Amino acid sequence: MVQYSRTRFDASFAALSDVTRRGVLEQLGRADASITDLAEKFDMTLTGMKKHVGVLEQAGLVTTEKVGRVRTCKLGLRRLEEEAAWIERYRQLWDARFDELDRVVEELKRKEKVDGRKKRE
Amino acid sequence: MDARRESEVAPMKNRTTVERKSERELVVTRTFNGPARLVFEAWTKPELFRQWWVPKSMGMSLLSCEMDVRVGGRYRLEFAHGDSQSAFFGTYKEVTPHSRLVWTNEESDEGSVTTVTFAEKGGKTLLVMHELYPSKEALDAAGTGAADAMGETFEQLDELLVTLGASVGRP
Repeated sequence: MVQYSRTRFDASFAALSDVTRRGVLEQLGRADASITDLAEKFDMTLTGMKKHVGVLEQAGLVTTEKVGRVRTCKLGLRRLEEEAAWIERYRQLWDARFDELDRVVEELKRKEKVDGRKKRE
Repeated sequence: MDARRESEVAPMKNRTTVERKSERELVVTRTFNGPARLVFEAWTKPELFRQWWVPKSMGMSLLSCEMDVRVGGRYRLEFAHGDSQSAFFGTYKEVTPHSRLVWTNEESDEGSVTTVTFAEKGGKTLLVMHELYPSKEALDAAGTGAADAMGETFEQLDELLVTLGASVGRP
């Protein structure tokens, strides 16, 4: 897996270790919701729900947007996947380039040997 | 001397990693099975550079490649992709033989600064390419642009690499 995402994964797993937060994700999978909606649904104080959403947001699992006085939460998963796909495509580009560069380096090594000018390092 | 024995040691294909270090930085790493002076040569001699910068599988061709590799020297690469053409150009800011190259990308106001370092160990070279963009948006746009440009042909890439590998006898 792509290296950059390791810390993200750690954060994701930590975020998912809590039953309420898993419930919130499930809920947001059905429909976007405000923090107030979520607090009511999970029978929790606004402050408590804010904290949970904060953890999910930090892990990139949820995104929030404030419109007027209401903060709406939605699943952030897709964005995370898009970012990983973006990095992977970029990696493939460089991988293809570097495969070709490998060949150029091999060719240069071969030439040096043929020239009999191989320097001992 | 003992060229036969060495040629039988098939070099392994090394892994390319890409890491987004921060909102504005991207780091690409790869190890090459050769000394730094040869890898450096491949990055700084146009006739070598053009052999690898645009893999055949990419569906693009390099029309021209000019590189004046010295501090303050400029480079210009021109590509054809289908009916369209594009150019990449900039200036070399640092040139330290066999160990470090820094250049600017000046084709847009939001161009990045690229730093490539070559670290040799045990006859192999660890290459680290670091790109610093002026903003998060510039990095997002550049990456998406590059990925989109390549994306069309990427489906064929694996297939083609296998074919290329087989026909050229690549390990």
